[in-house]
Amino acid sequence: MAFREYRIGCVMFGVALSLSMFITIVLPGIDISSMSSTKIALEKQLTYGWETGFNYYDPFLQGKDKPIKVTLTKDPMSGAAIDKTDAFVFPAGTHFPNGLTHDNILGDDVQKASVEVGKIDQANEEQGGVFLVRATADDVPYIEYATTTKGWTVDATLKAADEQFLAGSGKTMFVREGCWWCHTLLPEQTQDWQSFGRPPLVGDFNGESPTTFGSDRKAPDLLHVGSRNSSREWMVMHFFNPRLVQPHSIMPRYDYLWGSVDANGQPIDLAAWDEAYLAYDNGESINAPVVPLPAADSEARMLIDFIINLK
Amino acid sequence: MLKYLFSKEDDIPQGTAAIFFGVSSIAWFIIGTGLGSFNAAKLAFPDLFHGLYSLQFGHVRQVHVHAVIFGWIAMAFAASMMYITPALGNTKLWSEKLGVWNCMLYNVGLCLALALLWAGVTSGREYSDHIWPIDLYIAFVMVVPWCLNVWMTVINRRTQGIYTTNWFFAGCMFMTVIVFLVGNMPEWLHLTGLNEAYMTWWFAHNILGLLITPVAAAITYYIVPKITGNPLYSHRVGHLHFWSIVVFYSTPAAHHLMSSPLPEWLKSFASVEGVLILVPAVAYVCNILLTMQGRWAMFVENIEIKFTITGVLLAIPLNMQGGFQQTRAINWYIHGTGWIVAHAHLALLGFSTFAEAASVYYGMQVLLRRKLWSASLANFHFWMLLIGFSLYWTSMTISGLIQGAAKIYEVPYVDVVIAEHPYMIVRWLGGTMVFFGNIIWLYNMIMTARAGDPVPVGRQPAEIAYTR
Repeated sequence: MAFREYRIGCVMFGVALSLSMFITIVLPGIDISSMSSTKIALEKQLTYGWETGFNYYDPFLQGKDKPIKVTLTKDPMSGAAIDKTDAFVFPAGTHFPNGLTHDNILGDDVQKASVEVGKIDQANEEQGGVFLVRATADDVPYIEYATTTKGWTVDATLKAADEQFLAGSGKTMFVREGCWWCHTLLPEQTQDWQSFGRPPLVGDFNGESPTTFGSDRKAPDLLHVGSRNSSREWMVMHFFNPRLVQPHSIMPRYDYLWGSVDANGQPIDLAAWDEAYLAYDNGESINAPVVPLPAADSEARMLIDFIINLK
Repeated sequence: MLKYLFSKEDDIPQGTAAIFFGVSSIAWFIIGTGLGSFNAAKLAFPDLFHGLYSLQFGHVRQVHVHAVIFGWIAMAFAASMMYITPALGNTKLWSEKLGVWNCMLYNVGLCLALALLWAGVTSGREYSDHIWPIDLYIAFVMVVPWCLNVWMTVINRRTQGIYTTNWFFAGCMFMTVIVFLVGNMPEWLHLTGLNEAYMTWWFAHNILGLLITPVAAAITYYIVPKITGNPLYSHRVGHLHFWSIVVFYSTPAAHHLMSSPLPEWLKSFASVEGVLILVPAVAYVCNILLTMQGRWAMFVENIEIKFTITGVLLAIPLNMQGGFQQTRAINWYIHGTGWIVAHAHLALLGFSTFAEAASVYYGMQVLLRRKLWSASLANFHFWMLLIGFSLYWTSMTISGLIQGAAKIYEVPYVDVVIAEHPYMIVRWLGGTMVFFGNIIWLYNMIMTARAGDPVPVGRQPAEIAYTR
């Protein structure tokens, strides 16, 4: 070997690099992995499912293989009135997030409560099911597998739902359309409290992938945007053409996420809409053209659901 | 090029792989900066290209980043290594054929990778946006053969020692493979949560710190002594540079996430290590500038030295920013603003690009044995790059400071967008100048290959730059 005269150097190089990787990967890995999930982390996992970037089950990021978040005001099986509850419905075959499939993600206490009280060990992906996020008397959050504990089935829960959010599919859109190149999901610890709300805690991310913090904030932080603005009408106009509601916005138009037909089954003609908008923009007509309502299965609806669900 | 893919090793002229990599890198530079300019236009005037749905900002933004990093910068590195490593080992490249195949498969892979990013098929992790099958391709088809060529050439050298440039090349390629495989662990193993977020930035930090910055520095360690004729000022300082890169540059990854809820000890550790990056930085800049002693006229007269030394001078503000902007005292103000965008372009479009441009200019002339076709066009290219970059950096720094002020005074966000508008226009202008400068460069290089004056045996292209 012609590196013979550099033997000491090569060994030193290996030692230095290994030590560096031990300090910057192994030690933080142990520390971060020991963090227990917060309630937010449990909700996020159950909302977004297994993975919202590229994965086997949704290779072209079309929002497939995702759970549906629903709000309930009556028990799906008995029909009796209950307090307003969020439930997370995994249709049969939907892949579970890491927290449900690995016992080292949620944190010891959360995992224990989720298994002993929440019965999550009885859930499997083939049959799917309905999940809830609860807290014990000691305020330890846990996941409850309502299909076992309450007998709630997927079909009955979807039928009884007041509202359905395709927020998991919407996060896939958020990743695919590159929203996170401008909008961060990370209020900063030092100064963002007033405008953008509470910065996340260390346990808020367990099992989420990708986290899409964003790095280059060219637009408002969105982590709590649903608390500031929960108007679906505003969102629909804003995604179709941001200049309709904010003349100075530099956000791209996402009108193409509407697909070919609107909520009433009418075909959408983007060129005609643009023409009418141009006339409005030039002051030739008084009213802006009407923004079509997104169809229930459109990508625009998924993305809006994701945004509104960011509380 | 296709001719050489199936030639015998001995039938392939020396330098073929370097020339192919060099030409590819210039082409990708044009594509990458063109996309950058296009994106900048959108940030100034969002409806400018309305209707071109295939070129939505959110889809093209990462294509720009990866076209310049994996296309321009990495391929310019490959071109440089394929001719500098054998030259410094007094030998020939280990395998020209492997190099030619490497270049072709590199271009094919990059087209595929960028097409997927363009379609939105992404891992959703900045700088490691590529999906894991593409990561595998990059690691084992694009990078490993390249490493093999560099390492085998160093091992088969016919000199006694290894010059600074070559141990940087060999060491950095080793670290690149490690960083690439370890940094993409979240994808291989489906790591989630903060671990994933942290590993994303561990990768981003180390790919910049252990590949792009030190290899660009290694190139200047070759170009400056070679063209000026001065020996390197100090090999010991070169050692200091190398070892402090390995120790200090590989550790501060967490300083990219200073305002996230990572463990506080990790952020403090990263911040201190981040300031220590000034050790290799100062050692390097001093070493190169002192090597220039007595030859400073070449900074004006010689195009390669002009590019190289401009790059080294840009490394001074780069490292001063880099060392201090990540401390808690400053980071809270500028984190996530245009300041960081300006800093990233200072590293990649300032320091690194100027060093590589010099290396590609020099390498193409030496390997083709042709004098540069037009020194005027080369100077024009230089000034387009420098003025374009300066406009870009200045406007983005100012807009970053505006954003920072708005952030702490909690100004409604749309007022920031309004205030930034003029700077977004200047940014677009600067990026467009760089783009047009690069088109001129490609033209100049094609004309050099076709109609450049032959360089006589035993002469350096730089020596006859002004003879007719």
